[in-house]
Amino acid sequence: MTSPLEQKKIRITGPSVVTANRTWDGAVVYRTGQRGWSTELVDAAIVSTSDDARALLAESAADDVGAVGAYIAPVEIKDGGSIKPGNLREHIRAKGVTIDLRVPA
Amino acid sequence: MYAYDELDRTLISERVSEFRDQVKRRLSGELTEDEFKILRLQNGVYLQLHAYMFRVAIPYGTLSSKQLRALAHVARRYDRGYGHFTTRQNIQFNWIKLAELPDALADLAEVGIHAMQTSGNNMRNVTSDQWAGVAPGEIEDPRIWSELLRQHTTLHPEFSFLPRKFKIAITASEHDRAAIKIHDIGLRLHKNADGETGFEVLVGGGLGRTPFIAKTIKPFVHGRDILSYVEAILRVYNQYGRRDNIYKARIKILVHELGIEKFAREVEEEWKQMGDVGLTLDHAAIEEVRSRFSYPAYEKLPHMPDELKQAAHDPVFERWRKNSVFPHKVQGYSIVTLSLKPVGGPPGDATAEQMDAIADLADRYSFGEIRVGHEQNLALPHVAKRDLPALFKALDRVGLATPNVNLVTDIIACPGLDYCSLANARSIPIAQELTRRFANHDTAGLIGRLHINISGCINACGHHHVGHIGILGVEKNGEEFYQITIGGRADENAQMGTLIGPAVPYAEVADVIEDIVEAYLALRDRPEELFVDTVKRLGVEPFRERVYATR
Repeated sequence: MTSPLEQKKIRITGPSVVTANRTWDGAVVYRTGQRGWSTELVDAAIVSTSDDARALLAESAADDVGAVGAYIAPVEIKDGGSIKPGNLREHIRAKGVTIDLRVPA
Repeated sequence: MYAYDELDRTLISERVSEFRDQVKRRLSGELTEDEFKILRLQNGVYLQLHAYMFRVAIPYGTLSSKQLRALAHVARRYDRGYGHFTTRQNIQFNWIKLAELPDALADLAEVGIHAMQTSGNNMRNVTSDQWAGVAPGEIEDPRIWSELLRQHTTLHPEFSFLPRKFKIAITASEHDRAAIKIHDIGLRLHKNADGETGFEVLVGGGLGRTPFIAKTIKPFVHGRDILSYVEAILRVYNQYGRRDNIYKARIKILVHELGIEKFAREVEEEWKQMGDVGLTLDHAAIEEVRSRFSYPAYEKLPHMPDELKQAAHDPVFERWRKNSVFPHKVQGYSIVTLSLKPVGGPPGDATAEQMDAIADLADRYSFGEIRVGHEQNLALPHVAKRDLPALFKALDRVGLATPNVNLVTDIIACPGLDYCSLANARSIPIAQELTRRFANHDTAGLIGRLHINISGCINACGHHHVGHIGILGVEKNGEEFYQITIGGRADENAQMGTLIGPAVPYAEVADVIEDIVEAYLALRDRPEELFVDTVKRLGVEPFRERVYATR
């Protein structure tokens, strides 16, 4: 759960995606294989090598108007192919806060 | 209340227009995020896990009912219906959209609220005692001086690009409710032997990864000289503060590395060299600001009205009164703290409906005024004692009469990993679980005063170092762990807590805190001995033993 803001070197050890926050509203978005952004993790382009991750991140970061603060985040590919966030931080970003809010989101 | 003059209103309004243009240019791609970031930070806009976060200043913790309704409006119209009061007299909105931010700022500007300098490496919101102007025994209202400092430092070019953020807190009471000793500059208002008003000046306090308690560099600076003296401190900091290393950039590091005596000499030398730079506050200047604060026309009321005598037969009311109602400087009036720490709720959060309700109650019972404290609670500062029973009923209806002020469930917590991009671990769920464990108010009352502070990372926004019990979230191999400290305090006897042992996993934190509290109940030498005093008397060892013997 080390903050990706401190992410210095790109070295991945498993399936990963590029995620960021959408510029106009800050919503969590994932880089798709069609050079766009989606709010759904299921739409994300999955990379499995450091070179591919580096390339996807470079392409994503170039879209400074669409999204902000792009970084590489781990995911898990479950049996059956579904994609899950790879750590608690990303789980919270994907699913929302883990607390009972007084006002539902 | 303080009434802004035309200059203030113009400044805030122009700032909104400026930011609207900046946002427009950002969304069109004319500005890159790198170019825009410093601009948004200067207007209190962060980018957090799920969304932008918008931090609004509440100078010296004073709000009018009209201003609170405007905050409720922002929560409802632009956010998800609630706001989070912070440990520095700010409010944060967690789900704001960048494209709508200029409109939100414009709505707030209508009531004299802004977000200038609530982030970035500049002078942050000048904070003060939430009981300022109404606390018995106060030297004088510290907000006069907070406002003078606010005016002098707002958009001051010399202080807009400091090595790091800079925080000032002011108190004028013997008991420090403003936590001045954990601020970059702490100012304690007092009188010298000649009866003149001035300040003890403390420098170099702060928490974060390198915590320090502030040290006194001058026991008395005359009130008329406070702007120039603070400016001298800032000049020394601006000149020598580390800009090469963010972790060593705060003034506390400079004070520590130079030593307090050398730092004080540097400031004294700078102050002398500055000479008369037009910063000496003459009587008229001080009185001008003082005159813009309005105070209620208090009635002459009995110390113990009949309404209060009758309500004292209701044990539920009486428990709340003993816990949440505090003495006022004017006979017949009270200060009422509104707990924003309901059992199972996120500490410091208030819904738009609650904010509106509080604004209505402030109009009816507190001359339209509300205060915000660093403990993440609110207060109504001028409540006639005869109105306390009616106020209690109204507060209870909107979930704001939890009788837990200063007790084990009055937990200070940062937003943690549920919201914050810097966090390593969650804070709010830990707080929520603890409030459930100690939900019985009778038990909490027997435990007595006990401050728990929770931070989700070493940046210490939850002030864990100075909690009677401090809880710090860390990451170990991708899992949430928590370090526990005990014996800290944030008042006039401020000190850092001591680590009791290895970090414990998320699932065990509440059990550990229960063990610590049970150990305290067994170890205290009388019911009146506070937790923090028992720790001081016995040290951490008996607590460590209790927690780790079976783990």
